[in-house]
Amino acid sequence: MISSLTAEKLACVRGDKRLFDGLSFRVTAGQALAVEGANGAGKTSLLRMIAGFLTPAAGRLIVKSAEGESDDGEERGKIIGWLGHLDGLKPQLTVIEQLNFFAHLCGKAVDGALLEQVGLARQADLPCRYLSAGQRRRLALARLLASQRPLWLLDEPFAALDRSGQALVAQLMARHCGQGGIIIAATHDPLGLGNESLKL
Amino acid sequence: MRDIRLAARSGGSAALALSFFALVATLVPLGVGADLKLLARVAGGILWVAAVLAALLSLDRLFQGDFEDGSLDLIALSPLPLELTALAKIIAHWLSTGLPLTLLSPLLAVLFNLPPPATLILFVSLLIGTPAVSAVGAIGASLTLSLKRGGLILPLIILPLLAPAVIFGAGAVSLALDGLAAQNALGLLAAFSFAAVLLSPFAAAASVRLNLGG
Repeated sequence: MISSLTAEKLACVRGDKRLFDGLSFRVTAGQALAVEGANGAGKTSLLRMIAGFLTPAAGRLIVKSAEGESDDGEERGKIIGWLGHLDGLKPQLTVIEQLNFFAHLCGKAVDGALLEQVGLARQADLPCRYLSAGQRRRLALARLLASQRPLWLLDEPFAALDRSGQALVAQLMARHCGQGGIIIAATHDPLGLGNESLKL
Repeated sequence: MRDIRLAARSGGSAALALSFFALVATLVPLGVGADLKLLARVAGGILWVAAVLAALLSLDRLFQGDFEDGSLDLIALSPLPLELTALAKIIAHWLSTGLPLTLLSPLLAVLFNLPPPATLILFVSLLIGTPAVSAVGAIGASLTLSLKRGGLILPLIILPLLAPAVIFGAGAVSLALDGLAAQNALGLLAAFSFAAVLLSPFAAAASVRLNLGG
């Protein structure tokens, strides 16, 4: 379990454009942080930076856990549950194969109730190419849950979902925070978690 | 290692590579004419070049599919090191193209009037040489990952690097044809292949990391 994530004076440069500069924040266990900003403000870049894909042009990201402090991007990747704006689904694989593959990759067993939880139990044996955008999103959510990671990075978690799907996301996020997890979400909608927000 | 299934089930590309290989190997004897001596002489080289080009057809998709749909992000965040993922992809690519090409080669050698001992050497040289094609190809595929038409640059990057494999592979077949021992050429080919398979996962993983940040 991790106790906090701290950003110190982060800067992000894409091409020759400076997206943000001197960005500092701190999120502790059980908290959520909404990242807001206009299109192209650098929300996704910030998430990719936290995930360790992008190296900050300046500043540091520090994860505090029981084992101590670390600012290593590669190490940070191992605690991250990622829900990007791409779903990462293979059209040829069935829903259950997709989930099993990823859970295996993470060395976790698949909980049979997961698909039911996201409302895809009836589609388990359907190849992913037949899923609608919302259903694909639900499957990506199930995969996020299967990874059992403490730090969730969500890019537009409400996108493409119907009303019950959005309620589901809100409920899952509340539960994750309740269990001492951390959520950082790039979003245009309120998260409804009594969370802080960061304007880019 | 579940990556093997992931690549294997996207089918299609293997059949494409195989039919490309078979077609080239059938067209050459038709074009060159019925000079049996000449055909046997060029068989090793032609079949080797055809095999490399056939394997190239499916190489550019090695990482690109996963990159475009976001799976690569998830794979990079999983506990499995990217080096192992790259190795799994190389093995999967070899199983779906290199191995079938090798198995088909004795049949095509008949079209070239290649005598049985030389055919055996051709088979063995492809068996130990095609893993190098997949491995070196993986480096090229990872380098051209974020380019929209990376498939066009890919051959330019990897074909020169594969020259040793073609030289030793086709050379071994020529030696066997002259009744000489081909072990030396095969040994060099095996060494090249071994080094390529051993080192390329690291190169490929490093360049995948670069592309994820880009």
